[in-house]
Amino acid sequence: MPLPQPSGTTDTVELRIPSKAEWVAVARLAVAAVASRLDFSIEDIEDVKLAVAEACTNCIQHAVGSDQIEIVCERAPGGLTVRVRDNGRGTRPEAIQSRRVEETRVGGLGVFLIRSLMDTVEYDVHPDCGTNLVMTKKVSS
Amino acid sequence: MDIKVTVRAEQGGTYVVDLNGEIDVYTSPKVKDALGDLIDKGHYSLLINLEKVRYIDSTGLGVLIGGLKRVREHGGSVRLVCTNPQIRKIFDITGLVKIFGIYDDEEAAMRALV
Repeated sequence: MPLPQPSGTTDTVELRIPSKAEWVAVARLAVAAVASRLDFSIEDIEDVKLAVAEACTNCIQHAVGSDQIEIVCERAPGGLTVRVRDNGRGTRPEAIQSRRVEETRVGGLGVFLIRSLMDTVEYDVHPDCGTNLVMTKKVSS
Repeated sequence: MDIKVTVRAEQGGTYVVDLNGEIDVYTSPKVKDALGDLIDKGHYSLLINLEKVRYIDSTGLGVLIGGLKRVREHGGSVRLVCTNPQIRKIFDITGLVKIFGIYDDEEAAMRALV
């Protein structure tokens, strides 16, 4: 039997990982498990999984002075909202810019993939309290 | 989570790199090193078999692009074998399908190398 929840709350799952490459797999698998509890198709679950991994990878590679990454999954009407936040001192602007498809340079693909795979993507960069990425994925009808 | 890398020489000077596992920010340096070793030794005709790769992210794609750029400097090529639809989708949406030759099996990829 589900535990009673106070009115106005949503289903939320929070995870905090060290800002290190070896922990990204834990984040993506945890978020995939959350997505699988909702009505997402296997393809959509894979999309969310990759987008979260790319967001974490961006934090590890580009956030200045970050040692933790917080991932918060929230059941949203018709889908899932995922927030990925580091505790650094901002991100270099090029790190959150999407590359053009025709470019063959190494790098810049992560943000492009996030924007391609998720329905909405918003970055909020704070020099004092890290970078906050909020992205949503709707359940395909 | 790990990636297993196996290299074997085929006829005509082509080297086949079999990858088995997941390629992400943690495991991609291992793939980069394997490709780098081959290219450093003068092997510029590479076939990378992704049939047993369950997951790849942008760092893995970056390693493949880096390898392709290096062999092209020497007139070489990188062909990929990829049958996993999710991974194929990543190559499609990033446009990399136009840059790499992507094949359904090793035989077709080897024929294209000739």
